[in-house]
Amino acid sequence: MSLKDQCAIVGVGLTPYGKRGEFFEIPQSDQIRGALHKALDESGLELSDIDGFSSYSVDGNDPGMLAPSLGIPNVNFSNMVFGGGGGGTCAAVANAAAGIHAGLAEVVMVFKIITQPPHARFGAAYGSKQIAANPYSDFHRPFGLISPVQFMAMLFRRHMHRFGTKTEHLAEVAVSTRTHASRNPLALKRETLTIEEHQESRLIADPFRLFDCCQENDGGGVILVTSAERARDLEQKPVYIMAGAQGGSSQWGHGLTMQNQPDDLYASAGHKHLAERLYRMAGVGPDDVDVALFYDHFSGLVILQLEDYGFCKQGEGGPFVEDGGLLWQGGRLPVNTHGGNLSEVYLLGLTHIAEAVRQLRGESSSQVDDAEIALVTAGPSNLPTSSLLLRR
Amino acid sequence: MTLLEQLASIHPDLHTREYWEFCAKRELRFQRCGGCGAFRFPPLTGCRECGATEVEWVAVAGRGRVFSYTIVHHPATPDVVEEVPYPVVAVEFDDAPGVRLISNVLDVSVDEIAVGMQLDLVWDEPKPGVVLPRFRKA
Repeated sequence: MSLKDQCAIVGVGLTPYGKRGEFFEIPQSDQIRGALHKALDESGLELSDIDGFSSYSVDGNDPGMLAPSLGIPNVNFSNMVFGGGGGGTCAAVANAAAGIHAGLAEVVMVFKIITQPPHARFGAAYGSKQIAANPYSDFHRPFGLISPVQFMAMLFRRHMHRFGTKTEHLAEVAVSTRTHASRNPLALKRETLTIEEHQESRLIADPFRLFDCCQENDGGGVILVTSAERARDLEQKPVYIMAGAQGGSSQWGHGLTMQNQPDDLYASAGHKHLAERLYRMAGVGPDDVDVALFYDHFSGLVILQLEDYGFCKQGEGGPFVEDGGLLWQGGRLPVNTHGGNLSEVYLLGLTHIAEAVRQLRGESSSQVDDAEIALVTAGPSNLPTSSLLLRR
Repeated sequence: MTLLEQLASIHPDLHTREYWEFCAKRELRFQRCGGCGAFRFPPLTGCRECGATEVEWVAVAGRGRVFSYTIVHHPATPDVVEEVPYPVVAVEFDDAPGVRLISNVLDVSVDEIAVGMQLDLVWDEPKPGVVLPRFRKA
C-alpha cells in the first residue's frame, strides 16, 4: 500500500510576511485563521470539511484550543512531527496524506506559525535564554558552538577541504536565489546582489558570510490536503503527493549538534537516505525533477542537498552551481524560484511547499516551462528531517 | 579571563555523569561498545552500530587532529561579544576512531586553524568544578 498519488494539496494560504518580532502581539490563532480562510477560499472547501491537524517544530497551537477557536466541528486526526526547526515541514504534509489515505480523516490542515518575542532570536539557539542548557548541549555549548549557522559551517568547511568547494560557490547560490526573489513581488529581499557583494559581506561563522544566512521572520501558513478523488472536484488543479520521506540515517542522528557522522555523511546535508526512499516511492529519479525547492537556511546546504538528491555526485555540487546553474531559465536545475529562505522569507519551509504548488499550477513569478514534477525538502538538521515529491 | 567563561557550565545527568567525572580527574575517556568495539561519543546507553549496551570507558592519550572547524565571528549571544572571533574545532583521535570531540584551540591565531592540524589535549577549568578538554597546537 503506497501513498503514491493517493492524496493532493488543494489549497495554500500564507500570512503576510513579517519582520522578526513584527507579529508577536497578534494571537497565533488569528494568524492561522487568516491563512486558513485564504486556503479554503482558493480550494472551494468549507470550514466544516476540515477534520484533521498536522504540524511540526513544537507548534504551540494544539488541536484542543485550535478547533474551537477556528470553528472546526470535529477532529479525527492530529499529528506532530518531532524536532525543532524546519525539518518536519514535508513530513507534516506526508503524515496528513497518510492519515487521509488510511481513512482516519478527510481533509487535514497542515499549519505552522512562527512569531518571535522582542529581544529573542531563533538563530541564537543554545545561546538564548529560551533554550535551557541541558546534558547533551554540554558537549558543544561550553565550547561556543551554539547556533545553527556554526554547526552547518563546520559541515561545509569539511566539504571545502575534501572537494575543493569554494566560497564563490556559496555566492552563486545566494545570487541566483536573490535573482528569483527580485522577480517575486512577495519577497522581502529584492534588491540586486552580486558575487562581489557576497564575497565582501561580513563573516558570521567562517566560511559562511551574511548573505549565506537566511532571514528570520514572523508568519506562517496553512496547506490543505485531501484525497486525490476529492481533489478532482475542487477549485484548483490538484497537486498530487507522489512520495514523502522522513527520518534519516541513525549515523546522522544528532550529528548536526554532535558533529559525529561518518565522514561521507558529515560532508552532506544528511538527506541521502531520504532521497533514495523518496525516488523509490515515486518511481522517478533526479532527471525527472523539473524544479527543486531546497530548504535554504544556509546557502551551503543547497549545494550539499544537490548531491544528496543525486543531481550531481558528492563533491560536484560546487561546479554544478557555477555560472547561474540554479537559475530558473538557462540553469542546470531551477532551484528556489521564489527566492527561498535566503531572500523571499523564512517561514520554516512552508513557502517552499507553496512555491512548488505555484510551479505545478503554472503560477510562479519565475515559472519553469511545463513544470510537472517538483522536489521539496525540509530543513537539514538533526533527525528527523523530511522531503516530498509533488506532481501536477 | 579564560575563553568563553560565560558559557562554562555543565549539567550532568544519568547518561553523561561518568564522562564528566573522568574529566574532573583530568582523564579523557570515551565509551567503547562491549559488543562490537565501536567507539561512541557523546555517551549513549546503546551502540548505534550494533545496539549492544555493554560498555567500557577507554582513555585516550590526548593527541588529536582537526577534522573540521569554524571561526565564529558573529556573537550569537551577548555572552561571547568579547570573545569573537574564536575557533571551534571537531577533533579526531587515532586511539578512538569514530569519536569527534567538539572543542577549542587555545593560544592560537584563528588564521592558523586548518583541517588536519595536530593538537595536544590541555585541561581547562574556566570555573571551579567545570573541567573541559581543550587543545593547543602540537
